[in-house]
Amino acid sequence: MNFRFTGDKPIYIEIAEQLEDAIFTDIYPEETQIPSTTELSVSLSINPATVLKGMNILVDGGIIYKKRGLGMYVCTGAVEKIRQKRQQGFYESYVAPLLSEAKKLGLDENEIISLIKGGNADEH
Amino acid sequence: MSIEIKNVTKKFGKTVAVDAITAKIDEEKIYGILGRNGAGKSTLLNIISNRIIATDGEVLVDGEEAVENNSAQEKVFLMSEVDMYPQSMNTAEILKWTSKFYPDTDIEKGKEIAKRFTLDIKKGIGQLSTGYRTIAKFVAAIASNAKYTFLDEPVLGLDANHRELLYKIIVEEYAENPRMIAVATHIIEEVAGLLEEVIIIEKGKVIETDSVENLLSRGYGVTGKAELVDGFCANKNVIGTESIGSLKIAYILGHDNISEIPDGLEISPLNLQKLFIVLTGGEEEVK
Repeated sequence: MNFRFTGDKPIYIEIAEQLEDAIFTDIYPEETQIPSTTELSVSLSINPATVLKGMNILVDGGIIYKKRGLGMYVCTGAVEKIRQKRQQGFYESYVAPLLSEAKKLGLDENEIISLIKGGNADEH
Repeated sequence: MSIEIKNVTKKFGKTVAVDAITAKIDEEKIYGILGRNGAGKSTLLNIISNRIIATDGEVLVDGEEAVENNSAQEKVFLMSEVDMYPQSMNTAEILKWTSKFYPDTDIEKGKEIAKRFTLDIKKGIGQLSTGYRTIAKFVAAIASNAKYTFLDEPVLGLDANHRELLYKIIVEEYAENPRMIAVATHIIEEVAGLLEEVIIIEKGKVIETDSVENLLSRGYGVTGKAELVDGFCANKNVIGTESIGSLKIAYILGHDNISEIPDGLEISPLNLQKLFIVLTGGEEEVK
């Protein structure tokens, strides 16, 4: 897993988001173990308390759970949960900034729509 | 259990290097002791480790007086910026010597760490480069396993790879054998992620002591065109600004009306380095 810290958010939130992304992209499948707090903090040179705080966000969200004496595991259904959350956040995370940038560039609605369709056409 | 610094003052002639500092250092946390050059960091650490005597005040290590007290001092290791070891002594000898004063010293671990830095432990420290002298001192500090380990400017002369390795070893050690490890430095960006608590010293006084998390959550940065930023900042507690052409960044304490961000402004979290510069009045350095 490749962690990149952008500095746009507190580190523990970035840790939570990047772990979540790794779970969503099947790097850590459901019911498998994710790296321990110690492994993550050593490999990233981040204070263990910060890493733990990031992990706790995912525990509270029902994405990972602790197996006593074994470590942290990905919950069954975690991927679906993340998908739903991301769908709900899609407008705010992607559409709103797109519209804001389009406004700066002076693109009107039709131009945006044709760009989206064009992008789609390229992919298929 | 903790180290308590009570009203400690140190004067050198008319110069007040440490000015009535009161602070508490808890066990089993990673601390940053941050201050600009000459702020009084090293003097304070030298007092804690009984290398110099305070003019006034006292330091208690787990409740015991720190001055001339072996049972207190064997819990306190100071890796200092100045070289205290004889130039002809090599790292293997330093480790052996360390084990005489610090009963929990793990000489084998010290040798392992030296190997990871490819430090030749048979070479006299006088023959080592600045970077390797720093590494030799760091090896002794970590091997000591002291309950309170203070590292004063631990990356002096180290290249980027060795700095990264050193930070990694600090976290590893902390995870394996939790103890208080304090890093005193003015190079903050690199260590920020490592720290749980910080003590900021300016002109011999403690100006902040808090967890990194609390410190950073006290405010935020706002970026955008200068006039927009100025408008947004009116009647807010601005602690510092930077300008790059017509782009302006303001650092604000408090969270008033943060939900009403006008178009064209961006909000970012504070980072420790910026907060430090602003708090220690380093505006001229930013520009």
